[in-house]
Amino acid sequence: MRDKRYIPSGCAICGIMSEQGRLFGSQMIMSSIATMHFRANGLGGGFAAYGIYPEHKDYYALHLMYDSQAGRDGAEALLKNYFVMRLDEYIPTRPVPVVKNRPTLWRYFVSVKEEVKEELYDLTEEDIVVRAVMEVNRTITDAFVASSGKNMGVFKGVGYPEDIGEFFKLDTYKAYIWTSHARFPTNTSAWWGGAHPFGLLDWSIVHNGEISSYGINRRYLSNFGYECHLQTDTEVITYLVDLLMRKHRLPAETAARVLAAPFWKSIEREPEEERTVLEALRTVYGGALLNGPFSILLGSARMMMGLNDRIKLRPMVAARDKDLVFMASEEAAIRAVCRNPEHIWSAKAGEPVVAALKDGTQ
Amino acid sequence: MTISYLTDDYEIVRDESKCIKCQVCVRQCANAVHSYDDESDEMNSDGGDCAACQRCVTLCPTKALSVRRRATEFRQNANWTGPVQTGIVKQAETGGVLLTSMGTDKPHPIYWDNIVLNASQVTNPSIDPLREPMELRTYLGRKPDSLDLDFSDGAPRLKSQIDKQLKLETPIMFSAMSYGSISYNACLSLARASQAAGTFYNTGEGGLHKDFYEYGPNTIVQVASGRFGVTPEYLEAAAAIEIKIGQGAKPGIGGHLPGEKVNKAISETRMIPEGSDAISPAPHHDIYSIEDLRQLIYALKEATNYTKPVGVKISAVHNVAAIASGSVRAGADIIAIDGIRGGTGAAPTVIRDNIGLPIELALAAVDSRLREEGIRNQASIVAAGGFRGSADIVKAIALGADAVYVATAALIAMGCHVCQKCYTGRCNWGIATQDPYLVRRLNPDVGTRRLTNLLRAWSLEIKEFLGAMGVNAIESLRGNRAHLRGVGLTDTELRILGIQPAGD
Repeated sequence: MRDKRYIPSGCAICGIMSEQGRLFGSQMIMSSIATMHFRANGLGGGFAAYGIYPEHKDYYALHLMYDSQAGRDGAEALLKNYFVMRLDEYIPTRPVPVVKNRPTLWRYFVSVKEEVKEELYDLTEEDIVVRAVMEVNRTITDAFVASSGKNMGVFKGVGYPEDIGEFFKLDTYKAYIWTSHARFPTNTSAWWGGAHPFGLLDWSIVHNGEISSYGINRRYLSNFGYECHLQTDTEVITYLVDLLMRKHRLPAETAARVLAAPFWKSIEREPEEERTVLEALRTVYGGALLNGPFSILLGSARMMMGLNDRIKLRPMVAARDKDLVFMASEEAAIRAVCRNPEHIWSAKAGEPVVAALKDGTQ
Repeated sequence: MTISYLTDDYEIVRDESKCIKCQVCVRQCANAVHSYDDESDEMNSDGGDCAACQRCVTLCPTKALSVRRRATEFRQNANWTGPVQTGIVKQAETGGVLLTSMGTDKPHPIYWDNIVLNASQVTNPSIDPLREPMELRTYLGRKPDSLDLDFSDGAPRLKSQIDKQLKLETPIMFSAMSYGSISYNACLSLARASQAAGTFYNTGEGGLHKDFYEYGPNTIVQVASGRFGVTPEYLEAAAAIEIKIGQGAKPGIGGHLPGEKVNKAISETRMIPEGSDAISPAPHHDIYSIEDLRQLIYALKEATNYTKPVGVKISAVHNVAAIASGSVRAGADIIAIDGIRGGTGAAPTVIRDNIGLPIELALAAVDSRLREEGIRNQASIVAAGGFRGSADIVKAIALGADAVYVATAALIAMGCHVCQKCYTGRCNWGIATQDPYLVRRLNPDVGTRRLTNLLRAWSLEIKEFLGAMGVNAIESLRGNRAHLRGVGLTDTELRILGIQPAGD
């Protein structure tokens, strides 16, 4: 069922965040994404939610999808090499007739073994998690890690997002960031792991678009040890974010200047110090430039960022109302859940919209 | 002297009804093919020394002339063809090595013609380069894996500068052609066109004439095994330095400049006696190993206080990927790879036609190797050797080149008709000659304009390609082999090129 080919996709995306870290239910995100039903074709829908596992917030929450018992055995054996398992259980679901051909869905709350940290002394704990996730996804047939962050999770599958959300009982969770994706893959073969959001550590990406620079982004990442084998462009976006923001410690606004680099003409208009930095960023990170039409929402523990390609070939609207920040492919998807936001605007090409937890919020 | 057994390759066809006996052809042909007989008031032509350079044909005001392959046919034979027999006869008569010029004329495979490009349809929009920005700017040089940034006062500030880069407004540079192999006016045209187009030309190994120092910011100077004209001022004048290890047309052997072309100005620039052959040693006699190369790279960096990129040019040979990798690890900031179809001012024909690899395979192998080793950032790759147009260039960049070098195309733009006689010094187009009478034929203003036009035209075409593929910056094409597909290639060739077959 896993299609090894590159799958371009259309889609709808939306996200809602409370900058005060206030936990809220799934009703808004479900209504918002459902508004954009006709941007999808039922071949993929999903959600990322942050703040949902407060009782396990110090453990990595691994969401796994299994197509066979052998896949599960293989993945669990592999994970046990790296992690101490604190808790593992079925991901709760309810019957939804249109959601068919479901994989086995399992979640694990884990911490990295001390002896593994000692053995892999040149890797950080997060590097070790990345390594384990990639190893499962690459080597274990019939197993896929959907998310691997702390106090967050990705819930996704083949179907419309309204049905997938119902299936995963999202109404039983509360989060301070919700993002969602409704998929329209142009290649008819679709699989559960290929739905969005794409997750790694606490990064999650939902993405509407097609990355025409995929070929070089993928090869660029291989320089840094990232192996892209899922053949979806969302995978390369996630790894680029991990490289730039976690490994190279670029803040979101600076990382956005790499992913959707300003044009040379704009750079030349900047004052000298800014120009020097922007010129160096483009020179050094040319392989990380995302080119082609896209709008993405990046979720993480402390912030949500919306970003368009540098000539805005995909839609993105943002709004603020009290502590909430909304971002969506269509204005209607925001107004459906917040009729008169205090401020609503179209995101500009290549300029990030960042919502972040206020200082001091946990 | 005994009778030569050679037969003429070409014959001149003169339409007597059109010829006005103006004698332009007589004056234009440095090979003395045409003559005028006063007594009989007749124009005569002897095709024996005709190079088929088309100078007389082009300049004949009444279009009375054409050059044809001589109708005389050798007896048909798939093995002992006319050129094979001619070569043997020449060697039997002279006992010498057969010399030639320019890139090989043998039908080596041109893989570019078996590679097709992608375009956007429906799921992603193509971008209209006439209405949207389309960026070709390219930086050549060593790049760090990440930047050292300081965020202490909010906005990012660079903590340390990155190594000096060459800034190209189009990813096309003029490849090494020495002053000596080509004329003063040809060099001047290349320098001025580079300046106008925001790119670079390469001096080759002939030193830098004092008059050209003002174009230094657009000049890459070469340090080759002969060290001709290498002085502190020469290094200082340039934007970058290139150590020439090899050349695609003659891997494994050094440069040749026949003494006939060494006049006073060239002798001064090269620092050699007038009229002497300038034969560069086959190897650099201070580079017998990779660690020696490292010493020269750093000697040049030290000499210029680390203010300029130092590149290494190698010809594409069997283990080109390992050599390139070693050179990068030895400190090269730019690796130039010259393929088997690369040109030359003078080379033994057998060497030119038989040694080396097609640039397509060499480039793919080098780019893959540097990425596998995680050192691709540390050096830029420049591909060279027979680039015929923007399509070849776009495909090379997608295979992994940062930029390309072109030389033959630049010469053609200035008037060259690829007659392959550069080594004789009797270039009727004023390019590959030092004869003042011939050199004057190339007006540097015209040469500059024609070269600038060529760069402009190709750059516009590259933008069309980018837009069709749905990207608006050259870095999104560079190394993006997903935009390439092979047609009619074997599995092995596809594997080495790192591309999928068309339809897959």
